[in-house]
Amino acid sequence: MSVTPQGPPASRPQPDGQNDTSASGSLSNTQDRASAVAAAVREGGSQVGGSDMFGAARGGDTSGFGGLVRTQPAALSSPRPYGSWFDEGVDALQEAYPGFADDITRVVVDRGELTLHVRPERVADLCQHLRDSPDHRYELLLGVSGVDFPAQDERFHVVYHLLSMTYRRRLRLETACSERHPHVSTVTGVYPTADFHERETWDMFGVQFDGHPALTRILMPDDWDGHPQRKDYPLGGVPVEYKGAQIPPPDERRSYA
Amino acid sequence: MSSVKVDPAGPETDPYDARTRETTEGTVYTVTGGDWDSVLGEGVDDEHIVVNMGPQHPSTHGVLRLVMELDGETVTSARTVIGYLHTGIEKNLEYRNWVQGVTFVTRMDYLSPIFNETGYSLAVEKLLGIEAPPRAQVIRVLCMELNRISSHLVAFATGGLELGALTAMTNAFRERELVLDVLEMITGLRMNHAYVRPGGVAQDLPPGAVEKIRDLIEVLPGKFKGIDDLLTGNQIWQDRTKNIAHLDVQGCLALGVTGPVLRSAGLAWDLRKTDPYCGYEDYDFEVATSNDADCWGRFLVRKQELYESLKIIEQALDKLQPGPVMVADTKIAWPAQLALGSDGLGQSLDHVKKIMGTSMEALIHHFKLVTEGFRVPAGQVYTAVESPRGELGFHAVSDGGTRPYRVHVRDPSFTNLQATAAMCEGGMLSDAIAAVASIDPVMGGVDR
Repeated sequence: MSVTPQGPPASRPQPDGQNDTSASGSLSNTQDRASAVAAAVREGGSQVGGSDMFGAARGGDTSGFGGLVRTQPAALSSPRPYGSWFDEGVDALQEAYPGFADDITRVVVDRGELTLHVRPERVADLCQHLRDSPDHRYELLLGVSGVDFPAQDERFHVVYHLLSMTYRRRLRLETACSERHPHVSTVTGVYPTADFHERETWDMFGVQFDGHPALTRILMPDDWDGHPQRKDYPLGGVPVEYKGAQIPPPDERRSYA
Repeated sequence: MSSVKVDPAGPETDPYDARTRETTEGTVYTVTGGDWDSVLGEGVDDEHIVVNMGPQHPSTHGVLRLVMELDGETVTSARTVIGYLHTGIEKNLEYRNWVQGVTFVTRMDYLSPIFNETGYSLAVEKLLGIEAPPRAQVIRVLCMELNRISSHLVAFATGGLELGALTAMTNAFRERELVLDVLEMITGLRMNHAYVRPGGVAQDLPPGAVEKIRDLIEVLPGKFKGIDDLLTGNQIWQDRTKNIAHLDVQGCLALGVTGPVLRSAGLAWDLRKTDPYCGYEDYDFEVATSNDADCWGRFLVRKQELYESLKIIEQALDKLQPGPVMVADTKIAWPAQLALGSDGLGQSLDHVKKIMGTSMEALIHHFKLVTEGFRVPAGQVYTAVESPRGELGFHAVSDGGTRPYRVHVRDPSFTNLQATAAMCEGGMLSDAIAAVASIDPVMGGVDR
């Protein structure tokens, strides 16, 4: 489980440690203390005692939620058995697909959905196998889209949703690439429908699909700068006045998360 | 590269003659009106002409731009250019809480708002691990099928308009208003309802709604017959649609096409049957198919679906049992029910009295739920519903916060539009219009 501390605990100055009875008591240096606060919150324990009981020192948000640390989904494979048809499907793939051990880095089952994490340059080969193999028959690619995790080295995740009409199964493929080398192999040769979807993912995230016949922008104008769905791309907007109060644009409003 | 050169026999003699300029691609003619004679007179009739249609064009089904290469009247290449209605809905969702997302997604495919809302709500519910109560499920089915009727009526209306059947347009839009009146009674708005919410629906059916729906399904078959009479037996309509824009099952699957276009090719793939949601497995209805795989087949499939939707609505009305329309978990359901006051629909006065006068905890809870929203456990899900145009999928990613981390919408119009080239190329220019009309794309959904 990888835990990414977000929000104030690590960066904000802490109040003087009077009446400090928590685990951080023996720590003198502010930074160690801050990380101990984060650890205490992560472990589901109560806030550190003393004046910071309601988290007021850690930002203007006194809701009590400000100090919560949000977690990223687990970076590990799900344990067997997966349940449903997933074991059977993964077994069939393991037997017949030669690159299973190398290409598929993780198998995740969550909320009744199977996700295979695959190396970016092997997506097309895996799709070819999944489409043509009588054990799988994923006839339909429903779409390709991206998710941006700026904190990760391989920040751009590209997600494919496959549907097997023969077996009535759905499967998600997920791959990731870094900003320095944002390359994924195209699946347009296997699923021509990926044409528009890969163009959209290029347009929105700047992921390049190697081998795509015409990877151009599709929703934004051709001469647009930047890729709007990246997390570091601002939403934009202007403040508006409502009943005498200034309402800031949506991306500058208080976020509770 | 290119320099504008006035045609020697040009404006001096006829101000309406085409202007020409030389480019690396050859001579380019700028034709503005009735000056085709001057283009064809120069012996270019054996060459390809590139015609740009749209984005502002009455026959392209919205702000869709078609770039077509013509050889005479035969389309040799057809390309679609989209993005003219891109509004950044997916990006905006990341800056609102999970409930507010409903008001955005309802505006994507503006002809099927209830489907957008339901698909999104199902995704959020799957992330939360909750299920809407039975009455809410039935109301969702009811509204979705009403919405399917109104959407298919627009498909006939605009499709008819584009092929010259103007009366079909006026009649179908007129009948659509009957359906929208009922949706307005239930949700408060004709379109963009924001009625289906994560956890259920915003409010229960108002008094008299069931009777009004029953009255509606009494009159609708007669109205459908009116449109049927105008189009089905119409020789011109048949000539314009039969054997036009052929696309078989293999082509549909390769291009990811779903919905009526896929069913018109003979494959009875309907998520309401194959991957039921909202209790569709309990309804008795047929999946309409055709073996024509052309515009005519798509017309027949949509027409049949109108009657199947009526069957579902009738069963849904019989299934309606009293009960809650929102999950009982007060950490998700909004604490207040809306009530009709002197200044319109708003916060229930009883609830305001309670939170302001008697319970500070209730006030805090209400305030936090409305301003901050509820938290959704981290993870990702994909849910799909059968919209009038095909599989409408929502890929929702949560990082555990009160706002979506990422929502991607797999809109059927966006995907189906890729079939334009396969349907048009090799056919006549006039049939390209019929092809796009038979896909029935909604640009609000395509561009999002």
